[in-house]
Amino acid sequence: MLKKYSATPYVIWSILFIVIPLILIVTYSLSTKNPINGQLVFSFSNYRKFLELKFINVLLKSVTLAFKATIICIILGYPMAMILSKMEAKLQKKLIVLFILPMWMNFLMRTYAWMVILGKNGFINKLLSMVGLNLNLLYTRGAVLLGMVYNFLPFMVLPIFTVLLKIDNNYIEAAEDLGADKLTVFRKIIFPLSMPGLISGITMVFMPAVSTFVISNLLGGGKEVLIGNLIEQQFLVLNNWNFGSALSVILMIFILVFMAFINKFDKDNDDKGGVGLW
Amino acid sequence: MKKNVLLVLIIILSLSFLYGCSSNDEVVLNVYNWGDYIDESVLDDFTNETGIKINYETYPTNEDMLVKLTQGGSNYDVVFPSDYMIEKMKKEGMLSKLDKSLIPNLENIDENFSNLEFDKGYEYSVPYFWGTVGILYNKNMVDDKVDSWDILWDEKYKDQILMMDSQRDTIMVAQKKLGYSMNSKNVEELEKAKELLIAQKPLVLAYVGDNVKDMMIQGEAALAVVWSGEAYGVMSEHEEFGFALPKEGSNYWFDNIVIPKDAKNKEAAHKFINFLLDPEIGFRNTDYVGYSTPNKKTFEMLDDEVKARKGAYPSDELLENFEVFLDPGDFIEEYNRVWTEFKAAN
Repeated sequence: MLKKYSATPYVIWSILFIVIPLILIVTYSLSTKNPINGQLVFSFSNYRKFLELKFINVLLKSVTLAFKATIICIILGYPMAMILSKMEAKLQKKLIVLFILPMWMNFLMRTYAWMVILGKNGFINKLLSMVGLNLNLLYTRGAVLLGMVYNFLPFMVLPIFTVLLKIDNNYIEAAEDLGADKLTVFRKIIFPLSMPGLISGITMVFMPAVSTFVISNLLGGGKEVLIGNLIEQQFLVLNNWNFGSALSVILMIFILVFMAFINKFDKDNDDKGGVGLW
Repeated sequence: MKKNVLLVLIIILSLSFLYGCSSNDEVVLNVYNWGDYIDESVLDDFTNETGIKINYETYPTNEDMLVKLTQGGSNYDVVFPSDYMIEKMKKEGMLSKLDKSLIPNLENIDENFSNLEFDKGYEYSVPYFWGTVGILYNKNMVDDKVDSWDILWDEKYKDQILMMDSQRDTIMVAQKKLGYSMNSKNVEELEKAKELLIAQKPLVLAYVGDNVKDMMIQGEAALAVVWSGEAYGVMSEHEEFGFALPKEGSNYWFDNIVIPKDAKNKEAAHKFINFLLDPEIGFRNTDYVGYSTPNKKTFEMLDDEVKARKGAYPSDELLENFEVFLDPGDFIEEYNRVWTEFKAAN
């Protein structure tokens, strides 16, 4: 009885803030506003518009950029998680705090800071000017990518680190006893066992990266338009909630497919007896 | 389970009571203005004089303001939309007619502003500020003569150009460069303007909003499309800047004061409007925001240097190719489409 009882607030919460808004978005996306009386009329025109206007390109651009950011986060984050997990406990704790410390500051502030660093008269260009160089760093696709990697890297490192920490040392010792070298141990033991952490890291980096609009707005200078920016524009500037909702639904479906794909990976792994993240 | 439902009901009920209690008889005027568009000490003076408290909020663009007003949840008594937006709001019945007997200071406004296309005879709105759009340039970085929009398409200034991240203002630049009206309802002309803007994209450093002033001062760019007041704000403190009105013509605009239809405190709103039209108050605001005042008594109080600013108080011949934005009605869909396609282009 208590169990049933205690779940009610969460049920109410999800209905109010997840289910109802979702239904609203889907309804909006499947309708247009009648210009005469302002009533909503059922129509697929928003989705047709998406295909007609070749916004597929923007979606692809967002996905490519988010994909690149995810790969870079893996390349940077995985070794970092390994180094952290092998450290002695005291130092490890300190480093983890240092690592999370920037996240105590507001995400917008940290992104604005990059504008100061990358600007034409910013920190990096001041250094470069000593050797007579001046590069255009800010308001480029590279700057947007940097912003994504910088902001989302902790979400890659932390889950991998947690999983690595939980791997039973006996497995590694057993492998070494059986004559495996370091590379084989990593390939056959550590990497497969860390898959759940890696996968949740990938989801946690890819999802916010593919839908961001703040990073592309600030570091892309309004030139690098991602799907998130298109959605923001429809809602805040062009006052077309219907088309904006359609774009959101398309993005949601896209992320859902991606998640299903990733989860399949995860399942296969579970059967082999991996270490769970939580 | 039943108890549970009861509990939820009690919580909701008590919350609604709390909400009900918070409103009382004291008049609070909800003012919704552009960011950085008033000398805020004026607000305190109004409260001291009349005892009416002011809840002051700001918006960055006309479109933001409209979305906030139409989607509800807000109750503004005084708003400051521009020309074409007033026309649109008027058409949609969002504005309340002004009672001119409550605004005696209206006589301070220059007669030239009494017959504006979008609202003749101050029926729904009274002028607050007006201005133009032109090119702000850094004389240390630009050695050509700046008198045409063409310079914004000059390869020489690649990555040194700032454009506005604002739909109609940016499309206007391309339309004027092509010699079209900025109120065009011709799809072909719009398509050409779009192509021109897409061609310009590689040369543009960024499409920006309010931060344009800071970026120019920091020397991030050489040329920027800005409103006249922002330009003179920068120029009054930094000598290396100039401001030019392009010969192909540009936009001149009006931001007027209106009272929305569903405003709760219409009487106080009229008082506030009358207060803003006072010459002395107008002078303080003009001094602060740097735009052109429609108030003839305020104008007389300005420094000669300010009165002589060609970009702010241009002569009639200079204004020949200038236009005021009109509300395109349903044709706005085409503008929206062109803007979105331009934004999405690589």
